[in-house]
Amino acid sequence: MKNRVVVTGLGVVAPNGVGITNFSEALKKGTSGIEFYQELKDLNFSCQIGGIPKISEALKKQYFTDLQLRGFNSSGILYGCIAGIDAWKDAGLPTDNFEHYDPETGLIFGTGTSGVEKFREAIYQLDDKQVRRLGSTVVVQTMASGVSAYLSGMLGLGNQVTTNSSACSTGTEAIIMGYERIKAGKAKRMLVGSCSDHGPYVWGGFDAMRVCTYKHNDSPEQGSRPMSNSASGFVPGSGAGALLLEDLESALQRNAIIYAEVLGGDVNSGGQRNGGTLTAPNPEAVQRCIKNAIVNSGIKSHMVDAINGHLTATSKDGLEIENWSRALGRRGKDFPYVSATKSTIGHCLAAAGAIESVAAILQLKEQFLAPNINCEDLHPEILMLVDSEKIPKSFQPQGLDIIAKASFGFGDVNACVLFKRFIA
Amino acid sequence: MEKTVLIEKLKVIIEPYIQDEDAFKNLTETTDFVKDLKINSANLVDIILDIEDAFDIRLENEDMEQMLNVKAAIEIVQSKQNSK
Repeated sequence: MKNRVVVTGLGVVAPNGVGITNFSEALKKGTSGIEFYQELKDLNFSCQIGGIPKISEALKKQYFTDLQLRGFNSSGILYGCIAGIDAWKDAGLPTDNFEHYDPETGLIFGTGTSGVEKFREAIYQLDDKQVRRLGSTVVVQTMASGVSAYLSGMLGLGNQVTTNSSACSTGTEAIIMGYERIKAGKAKRMLVGSCSDHGPYVWGGFDAMRVCTYKHNDSPEQGSRPMSNSASGFVPGSGAGALLLEDLESALQRNAIIYAEVLGGDVNSGGQRNGGTLTAPNPEAVQRCIKNAIVNSGIKSHMVDAINGHLTATSKDGLEIENWSRALGRRGKDFPYVSATKSTIGHCLAAAGAIESVAAILQLKEQFLAPNINCEDLHPEILMLVDSEKIPKSFQPQGLDIIAKASFGFGDVNACVLFKRFIA
Repeated sequence: MEKTVLIEKLKVIIEPYIQDEDAFKNLTETTDFVKDLKINSANLVDIILDIEDAFDIRLENEDMEQMLNVKAAIEIVQSKQNSK
């Protein structure tokens, strides 16, 4: 088969762990990264908890120059650059390449919106008739492709450099787009992933829609409850995930460590018809996306060992499980193992698909199932379709060959990608 | 303000933006911000804002266009200070 695509590097900035080592440990232990934030309470948010990665000033300086940090106020770009550079280094690629750039490596790094706090600063200044005093930093931090612009400059990337945006399916879509570009022979390597800003100016709109939980302000770590009968809305998160995708031949030539193979995937939309709306999915399209991803991967649905769902902890979790069940033609004890990474990190919005894909790939590489927390009381609708032993609540070593990862987003958009354990 | 004092004050302002340490060490009146100090041209507007704050003056678009080297910067700052 021509142009097989593998993952040779990972980077992650998650609310419960920054860097692959910390994140992997948090994943195995089921450590929650959700905390109470006084700022949200002071601003009268219903949901006063969230997930924010912890980045020290010292860590920032390892990735950014003092000049880059002057007037810097874009948490998404911060997270994206750290995850992206980490994935690059993890793949064993050179970071001291200041003279040359690499025409065979590109970048697709998605986001929902960029630098909202920077934008807020700018709007205040502008309304004060001080547009001339904005300086040079507003555009690059608030343009959607800001994260891609920063990263490609740091690494010297000369192939396609762009940013995709498809709401909460952004990260998974970026992986599929990068995979397709390598598959088409247009690039040897693609750094892919996504990031999302943290804080009230990103989360406020969701709070206003009443889709976030307001019942766990005193118990933040129990707040994110995918698949639970007592789920009461998602907990907003933030961060970034990054994958270095590489043509298998190139990876083997470099003697790179291979985490997993990307078998294939699919992206589609439900057209906001047949039950689909701006905010709800058309079930037929979700099922079609999963089925097509499996066909495109050249496998059969019974070969899927585990799924990493979108599973946000809203009332739609049951419908999602039903869609998986119908698409795969599997239920009960025959249903694949289920991971809901959001139980520990919340819903990292545009970054979700990338961070959760990193989680799925770590589980393949290290052969384990991560605990799903806060779902001791599984929803009866879900139990009708999935045997509870398929939803692990504690760490368990497990032979896994193929994991399907799906993400769904506002606008009725869907993305599903399949990762396979790589054995040289 | 004396020219030497002014240059010292200017050096503090531009130091964070320079990309060529040697040229900065040997800075003279004829030193060009972009060609010699390798300052990213986008950062010139940030330097202008920092100069405005440091000297409590306002620089117009025409001033910015001319402010390409140390000599021009000194002249413009001095003339603004004198006309205050």
